[in-house]
Amino acid sequence: MRCAVLQFPGSNGDIDALEALRSFENVTAELVWHQEKSLDSFEFILLPGGFSYGDYLRCGAIARFSPIMQAVQKAAASGTLILGICNGFQILCEAGLLPGTLIRNRNLLFRCEERLVRVETSDSPFTKKISSGSVLHLPIAHGEGCYFAKEETLQELHDKDQVLLRYATSKGEITKDANPNGSCENIAGICNQKRNVFGLMPHPERACDELLGSTDGRMIFESILDHVHHGAGTSL
Amino acid sequence: MSSLSSSPQLTPSILAEQHGLSSEEYQKILSLLGREPNREEIGVFSVMWSEHCSYKNSRLELKKFPTTGSKVLVKAGEENAGVIDIGDGWAVAFKIESHNHPSAVEPFQGAATGVGGIIRDIFTMGARPVFLLNSLRFGPISGDSLRARDNRQLFSGVVAGIGHYGNSIGVPTIGGEVYFDPSYNGNPLVNAFCLGVLKHEQIARGAAKGIGNPIFYVGAETGRDGLAGAAFASRELTEESKADRPAVQVGDPFREKLLLEACLELLASGCVAGIQDMGAAGLTCSTCETASRGGTGVEIDLDLVPKRSADLTSYELLLSESQERMLVIVHQGEEATVQRIFEKWELPYGLIGRVTDDGKMKVKRGKDLVVDIPARTLADEAPLYQREAATWKAPAPLDLTTVAECDPIIVLHQLLAHPSIASKQWIWRQYDHTVQTGTVVPPGSDAAVFYVREANKFLAATSDCNAIYCSLDPHEGAKIAVAEAARNLACSGAVPIGATDNLNFGNPHKPESFYELRAAVEGISEGCRAFDIPVTGGNVSLYNESQLASIDPTPTVALVGLIEKREQITTQFFKEPGDVIFLLGELGSELGGSHYLLASHGRKEGLPPRVDFEYEKAIHKQLLSLIRAGLVRSAHDCSEGGLAVALAEACFGDSNKAEVKLFGACIDLGKKGIRDDVALFNESQSRIIFSTKAQQVEQVEQELQASGLPFTRLGSVTKETILSIQLDEKEYSWSTEILHQSWFKAIPHLMQA
Repeated sequence: MRCAVLQFPGSNGDIDALEALRSFENVTAELVWHQEKSLDSFEFILLPGGFSYGDYLRCGAIARFSPIMQAVQKAAASGTLILGICNGFQILCEAGLLPGTLIRNRNLLFRCEERLVRVETSDSPFTKKISSGSVLHLPIAHGEGCYFAKEETLQELHDKDQVLLRYATSKGEITKDANPNGSCENIAGICNQKRNVFGLMPHPERACDELLGSTDGRMIFESILDHVHHGAGTSL
Repeated sequence: MSSLSSSPQLTPSILAEQHGLSSEEYQKILSLLGREPNREEIGVFSVMWSEHCSYKNSRLELKKFPTTGSKVLVKAGEENAGVIDIGDGWAVAFKIESHNHPSAVEPFQGAATGVGGIIRDIFTMGARPVFLLNSLRFGPISGDSLRARDNRQLFSGVVAGIGHYGNSIGVPTIGGEVYFDPSYNGNPLVNAFCLGVLKHEQIARGAAKGIGNPIFYVGAETGRDGLAGAAFASRELTEESKADRPAVQVGDPFREKLLLEACLELLASGCVAGIQDMGAAGLTCSTCETASRGGTGVEIDLDLVPKRSADLTSYELLLSESQERMLVIVHQGEEATVQRIFEKWELPYGLIGRVTDDGKMKVKRGKDLVVDIPARTLADEAPLYQREAATWKAPAPLDLTTVAECDPIIVLHQLLAHPSIASKQWIWRQYDHTVQTGTVVPPGSDAAVFYVREANKFLAATSDCNAIYCSLDPHEGAKIAVAEAARNLACSGAVPIGATDNLNFGNPHKPESFYELRAAVEGISEGCRAFDIPVTGGNVSLYNESQLASIDPTPTVALVGLIEKREQITTQFFKEPGDVIFLLGELGSELGGSHYLLASHGRKEGLPPRVDFEYEKAIHKQLLSLIRAGLVRSAHDCSEGGLAVALAEACFGDSNKAEVKLFGACIDLGKKGIRDDVALFNESQSRIIFSTKAQQVEQVEQELQASGLPFTRLGSVTKETILSIQLDEKEYSWSTEILHQSWFKAIPHLMQA
C-alpha cells in the first residue's frame, strides 16, 4: 500500500503516523508537503494531528485552503481512502469532506488520556476487520474535540450508518461519563456517505506498539490495508 | 555616536541607576569603555550584567558543582545546554530553566514562553526536543480567601500556558512535580525542563566563528514585548510589578514549531558556523555571547532586523525579548541556503551583519554607530559578588511529646488529599504526553520513561525538591533533593547519567537568602559527587520575594537516567494479587519537616530527615540488581507522607488508563515499639517498597540477606480493595477505593470551587 502522510507546517503527529504505518508489512509511506498539488500516486492518504497553521482561528480553518487540500478533494472524489486523525479530522470537517464540526471541549480544558471507543459498524474500509460492538483502547489528546452537528445532520449520520466510533464504557455502554469532551451522542469518529473518508479524534497511530500500552490502533490500519489489497469483498 | 545630551537632567549615572546598575558597576563600565556610555549601551550593560544573564551573585557558588565525567560532551556553562553521551553515537542535551517572575504577573504567557525558551535552548544545540518536564510551586489553593482564589488562578493559568505551548509544538510533557505552600504566595515557581536527542556529530555551537561570515537573524519579527525582561527577573516582585506586564513576552508556539524545523533543517545542511537563540536579553545577549565564545567581534545593523513596527527605537530593538527568534552565523557563500530553508518554512529572516576580528560588539542603525563595546566585557566580565552569608542556626529537633498522636485512619485520608501529595492527573491530562509516541511510563509514577525510537534507548527523567526540608535545613534539603531524584530513577530501573538544577531563592543581598543558596549548592554538589552525576547546567532564579516574604529555598534537581533493557522498565503500581511486598531500608522514625506534621498539625518544623549517601547508593544498587534479575514487579520510593502513603499509591493503578486498576494490600509491620503515627508517616530517607512474584520470594530474600542491607517482608498484594496494616496489636484498614477518591479528586474538587 502506498501511503501519503500530509505535512502541514504545524503538523506534529506526522512522524508518529509515518512510523506507525511503516510498522506494517507491504506498506510504503512518505511525507507530502502542504504546498504539493498532487496525490495521484497514493492509495491511502492520512491527515495527521497537530496544529496545521497554528490554529489560532478555528482548527483547520486555514488548512482547508492549502494547495494540497485541492488534491485531497480530488482523491476523495475518486474514492481513495482518506483518514483524518485529530487535527486531520478537524481539517476534513472544515473542508466539507465530512459533515459537522469540532468545537472546544465542553469543560474548556485540553484532555490527554486513554479512552474507550465502541466500534459502531464493520461496514467501512476502516473498521472491516473489527467486529461491530468491540471496544478499543485509544489515547486522546485534544482541546477542541467536541463533535457538533445539526439535528438533521445527526439523523442523516444515523440513517447512513456513518458513525464509526463512539466513546463508551468498558462494557460498551454509551454514557455521559464515558464522553471526554461533550461530543454529540458520544461521537468519536465518522465517515462520509461514500465511506472512503474517515475522521476521528482519538489517535490510532499512538496505539500501535505494545510499549505504549495499547495496540488497538493497529486494527484500524489492518482494516485499511486489507481493503486496499483485497478490495471491498472481505468484510467480516 | 548618539549621546544623552538631549535631556540635560538625565546623566548617564542616573540612567545607570534607573537600570539597576550599582555605582561600582557604573564605575567599572566607565573604565572598560574609557568614556561615558550612551543610553543604548547602559541598557545593554544592565541586561547583560543582570543576575539572570551573568549569574553575578551565584557564579562563584556554581563553580562548586561537579561538571565533568567520561560521558560529558558539552560541559555546563559552555553552551546553551549540556550534552551527555548515551552510547552508540547518540547523545542527549537537556536543561531546566525558570520563568518565575513572568508567570507571577501573567501566568499563561509567562509559563508558555518559559516552555518556548527552554525548547529553543535545546534545539540550538542541534538536538530534536523529545520531552518536557516541569517543576511548579504555588501558594495554597484550598479555601475561599482572596489569596487562595489568586493562587488557583495562577495555578490554572500556568498549567494552561504550559499545555498551550508544549501541546501545540508537539513536544510531550511527561513528568515533573508540584507543591503548594504559603511561602509561594504571590511568587509561584515555574521551572521548565526540556531534553533533546542528537547524534554526536550534530552538536551545534553558539560561537561566532570565521571572520567575514554573514550573521542572520531568523524567526519572528522583533516587537516591544518582553522589554528588558532579564532585568525585570532580577528584582523582587512588588505591587508595582503588574505595571511591568510589558516585560512579559507573548508566545507563538506555531512560529516556534516552524523555527524548530527550519533550524534543524539548516543545521543538517552543514552550512551553520554558529547558532544562538535569542532568549533573555534578546539580540544583545545573542550577539555578544557568540562573539565572546568565538573570540571574535560582531557588527550588526538594526535597520536590517525584521521588525513588527518600523518606529522601534534602537534601545527597544536591543532589549526586546520577543520570542521565537534565533541568530545564525553561516559559512560565507551559504546565504542562499538560509534563504531557501526560511522561505520554505515561511519565516522572516535578515542578513544583519558580519563576524569581525576586532572583538567588539558594534551595533549600527543605518549609518549611526549605536553601541561599541568589547564583547568579552559584556558576556564574561560582569562583576562577581561574594555576598554575605548568615550563620545558620539548626532548628530545634522535634519534641515528640508535643505532637498529639492523631488517628492514622484519618491522617492517611488527609495526607492523600493534601494538594502536594494528591493525584496530579488534573494537571498532566492538560498536557499532551503521548505525542512523539515514545512515552512508555507517562506522568504519575516515580520517574517518567521515554523511548527514543531511532536511537533504541530508554531514558528516565524526574525532578524533585522538598522545599520544607530546605527551609528547615537548606544543606540537608538539597542533598535529599538529589537522593530522592536518584531514588526515583532507581525505582524506574534507571541509572543516572546527568543532572540539571534550578536554584530558586530570595534576594541574595539578604544574608539568610545567600546562606541558603550556598548551602543548597554545596548539598547538591555533594549529592552529585556521591552518585557520580555531572551537573550539565541549569538556571539560577533569585529575588523570589513577594510583599510577604521570600520563598522557601527551592533548589530543584532534575536527573536523567538510562535504562538498559525494555524488561527493566519498572513502575510504582502493584501488578497482581498474591505478589509479595518488601520494604528495602529501615522502617524509620524521623518526623521533622514531614507532611504529617504539616497536614495534621499545621506545623512546619523540626530537623528534616538525614541522608547518608553511601547507604542510599547501596539501596539503589541493590534494587537495580533485583530489577535486572527480573525479580521486581513494582517499586516506589517512600517520600512525602511516608510508608503509608507509598503503600496506598502503589495500590492505585495508572490513572492514565481508561480502566484504573485498584488493589489492596495486607501488611504486617510486627512489633516496632514506636508510636503508630511515627511508624506510618515518618519520612526517613533511603526507603523503597517493591513487589515481587510469590514464587520468587525466596530468591529475593536470599539476595537481600547477602547484601546485609535492612529489609522487611511487609505482606502481599490483595485483590480485595482493602489496605490493612497490622502494627503491634492494632490493625488499621482502609478501603483503597475511598482512599483513591480522596487522592484522585482532591485537586479537581478544589479547582471547581
